[in-house]
Amino acid sequence: MSAEQTLSKSQGPATTPGQVLLEVDGLTKHFPVMGGFPFKRQVGAVQAVDNVSFTVSAGESLGLVGESGCGKSTTGRLVTRLYEPTAGSIRYNGLDISHAGRKELAPIRSEIQMIFQDPYSSLNPRHTVGTIITNPMEINGINPPGGRDARAKELLEIVGLNPEHFNRFPHEFSGGQRQRIGVARALSLNPKLIVADEPVSALDVSIQAQVVNLLQELQREMGIAFVFIAHDLSIVRHFSQRVAVMYLGKIVEIADRDSLYNRPRHPYTHALLSAAPDADPDNASQERIRLTGDVPSPLNPPSGCRFRTRCWKATEKCATEEPPLIQLSSSAPGHLTACHYPEDGITPAARKAAADALPEPRDAQD
Amino acid sequence: MSTLTQSESATAPQAGAAFLSVRDLQVRFRTEDGIVKAVNNLTFDLEKGKTLGIVGESGSGKSVSNLAVMGLHNPRNTTIEGSINLDGQDLLAASQKDMEKLRGNKMAMIFQDALAALSPYYTIGRQIAEPFMKHTGASKREARARAIEMLRRVGIPQPQTRVDDFPHQFSGGMRQRAMIAMALVCDPDLLIADEPTTALDVTVQAQIVDLLKDLQQESGTSIIFITHDLGVIREIADDVLVMYAGRAVERGTMREVLKRSQHPYGWGLLSSIPRINASVDVPLEPIPGTPPSLLNPPAGCAFNPRCAYKELVTGDRCTTERPPLAMANGHLSACHLTPAQKQSILTEQILPRLSS
Amino acid sequence: MLRFLIRRALGAFVIIFLLVALTFFAFHSSGNNPAQMNCPKGCTPQLLAQITHNMHLDRSLGQQFWDYITGLFVGQDMGTVGHCAAPCLGYSYAGQAFVWDRIAANYPATFVLAVGGAICFLSIGVGLGMISAWKQGSLLDRVSSSISLVGQSTQIFFIGPLAMALFVYNLKWLDRPEYVPITQDPWGCFMGMILPWLVMSVIFWSNYTRQVRSLMLEQLSEDHIRAARAKGMSNRYVWWRYALRGAMAPIITIFGIDLGAVFSGAIITEVTFSIHGLGFLAVKSVNQADLYLELGVLLFSSAAILLFNIIVDAAYALLDPRVRLG
Repeated sequence: MSAEQTLSKSQGPATTPGQVLLEVDGLTKHFPVMGGFPFKRQVGAVQAVDNVSFTVSAGESLGLVGESGCGKSTTGRLVTRLYEPTAGSIRYNGLDISHAGRKELAPIRSEIQMIFQDPYSSLNPRHTVGTIITNPMEINGINPPGGRDARAKELLEIVGLNPEHFNRFPHEFSGGQRQRIGVARALSLNPKLIVADEPVSALDVSIQAQVVNLLQELQREMGIAFVFIAHDLSIVRHFSQRVAVMYLGKIVEIADRDSLYNRPRHPYTHALLSAAPDADPDNASQERIRLTGDVPSPLNPPSGCRFRTRCWKATEKCATEEPPLIQLSSSAPGHLTACHYPEDGITPAARKAAADALPEPRDAQD
Repeated sequence: MSTLTQSESATAPQAGAAFLSVRDLQVRFRTEDGIVKAVNNLTFDLEKGKTLGIVGESGSGKSVSNLAVMGLHNPRNTTIEGSINLDGQDLLAASQKDMEKLRGNKMAMIFQDALAALSPYYTIGRQIAEPFMKHTGASKREARARAIEMLRRVGIPQPQTRVDDFPHQFSGGMRQRAMIAMALVCDPDLLIADEPTTALDVTVQAQIVDLLKDLQQESGTSIIFITHDLGVIREIADDVLVMYAGRAVERGTMREVLKRSQHPYGWGLLSSIPRINASVDVPLEPIPGTPPSLLNPPAGCAFNPRCAYKELVTGDRCTTERPPLAMANGHLSACHLTPAQKQSILTEQILPRLSS
Repeated sequence: MLRFLIRRALGAFVIIFLLVALTFFAFHSSGNNPAQMNCPKGCTPQLLAQITHNMHLDRSLGQQFWDYITGLFVGQDMGTVGHCAAPCLGYSYAGQAFVWDRIAANYPATFVLAVGGAICFLSIGVGLGMISAWKQGSLLDRVSSSISLVGQSTQIFFIGPLAMALFVYNLKWLDRPEYVPITQDPWGCFMGMILPWLVMSVIFWSNYTRQVRSLMLEQLSEDHIRAARAKGMSNRYVWWRYALRGAMAPIITIFGIDLGAVFSGAIITEVTFSIHGLGFLAVKSVNQADLYLELGVLLFSSAAILLFNIIVDAAYALLDPRVRLG
């Protein structure tokens, strides 16, 4: 892998690991709903993302997990400024880009890139692979030493494709290979932050690992920060150092990977983790929390805590008072939870260890 | 070829003992590019009340083989050989009319995408009632009552009013429940579930798996559950069939296949999925390459271009001779490695990685 | 639904008003002098001034436009030619009659041509398309596809005279096409119109054949068709109740647009067969620079098109429960 040599070519102010690269504060996106009579006007709003705050440091990967409709993809599109936020701020490298225009965004667009879920519809079928990869360089006026074509071939090699495929068209590639082309395209601008929206969920199981490993190499060797959006908890855990769990447009819990997966404090996180299927038949003793019903409509989300309609712990307080996203006592530093009645935080892993040690496994409490 | 067929048939249980028995099933499609050998020499049995999980990637033949069981293939460009026996009846010899009487009645199917599989133009209630009226001769009123009862059984709140809703008014999970209700309305003995949970969120996925298990408990239906998700297989399957490039490469009980896989493809699948509790420092071990084209599958073992262990097999048997599905270390697998080699690779390389 | 219809009707009124205004002012800015054109041979300046006054051309443009618009709703006194009752479309000087009367005289022909033609092209087009899809890849399918291609690439003014030459003059199966009022002689009307109907439908039906064929094939490959078959429903049931149902909505859309076109006057067909309908009138009014006749025809034809557009959208909501009108 020639990542080392390409790393030195990245332009712009250097970022040091640990330095905050992306700062999102109170981010909100409401999509208007039109209606009314006789003249159409806004009658409501789909509250896709509501008051979401997080940071991503240089070289770090933040995972965004949640069920469909929780606003994770919208958040990704807000960060890349494909959407303009309704409220809140997005700061990239200290610069507020929340409402930046096309001109102001131009230098930043090249540093924040996106990888899409569908490797079929996200590549223009009428462009060759070479055009797909060199186009962003052309648009952004990037002239790598040795020329754009040479750089494109180099990128193809980095993502594990044959540089000779430069002149082929997307339909000649399999799903996994196309996703690699998408990655090469994102890399062509030497990004510092990549928003990957479900990058592997459309791929076959045996191919998913190939792409995950590729992205992981990029993260480690090129120091690229990731916002990794996925619904698969295992893959997010594998890829991200920090993880935010979203529910109905809000972050309900955000923490370091180990803290979140081993000591989930929010009932929703707990339920998600227990619902994730595990291929090991010997993990049969794991307790299972079954959420009933579906996610309510973001058009008219529940008052107070949005999870309360499916939560087994909900009380009157949950309906009237929205729980703030705060660090609970006995949580690890940086582990924030938005819940009035947090879980005890007994870790499934620790429980397993205890069960292994004790002759009789104790039934876990909810 | 003939010897292979013999040896594969020899390893299969006696025909007639099982509720559903598939023998040497071959499915071929004629396409513009040539003949696609979608399913080859597929043999399996399913007992009453049991669940068979079929695992495979896209193009492995897992869906095609089950469409053949249902008789839902396009007869214009498809040829099917072998035998499919459902409760003593030869389905491949059955007439179109007989198949219509069986479908939705004795055997039923649910699909991955419930939104696409339900007609947008008719109410949920009507779509559930339709097969009930056809197969039992019930009146409209009886069928409607049955539809409401089915919706209640699959856990849809207020079934009396929801029965008149259209599919687009249901959420994803509810649509899947409605489709299950539609499939089970005539109490079929065989239910084929083609990736019914793949498009769903994990919390809903778990609900649907539980629902299917509960319904199976109540009615003793046999289920064929097609999926690519080993985690779901572990939740629902009694036996597992692993398919690759149109062939069965491994067959055994769920525990055997997931815990003591005897095939490099099975090892690859297990090592390439991240575990929710495994160490995150160990990189995933992907299977290199891509699934082969069924227009022109590799000679010998179809998995050989992606196999990491073919050097261990003496000679070039992997590229010239197709391995038969044979008993090795407790269940059936199709690989030229010797049972001893398989066992040592499993215990020395695969299991340590999985438990790390 | 009612809200939708009201909103769309209001929109249609605005569109028609804009069209009328545009035509009115475009006509007057093009340098035409209607008075001059209506002045008989040996026109004297006095006569011209008299005509100009009679036609209200001595009033300001704004005043004339206002007169026209108010006339539509309350009628208009037209001096020597008498009172023009609401809805007054003005006076056709070239035809020496009220515009309303001229259109009323010609519209039945257009109406009969449109209804008959529409029945022909819908039934033939959809029928052929269904057969093509049912027997996909057969000889029949290929023949009907070829005919469709020919139909699509030909023109009425080409096959019209050709058909007349063959059926009227050569084989003498039919009389020269003409419009006989349907109330007078239904059979004569049918025989007089059959050739225009068929010729007109050639142009339209090929579109339906191709659309129906591809829509049916598309529907048949849908998951819900397979699911319906998996329930044990017979092929025929699935074909009629599921596939055709899904193919219907787009067909209705095309049909509505085509209906709008034929009800607003099939100009080429009417001119080719000398049928005195709305399209015929349209050509005449333009040739004679007969402004108010032009406006009248425009009003009628745009109303027809907009009406069918609204009907299509409403029908869509009835056919497809997913569509909600608001």
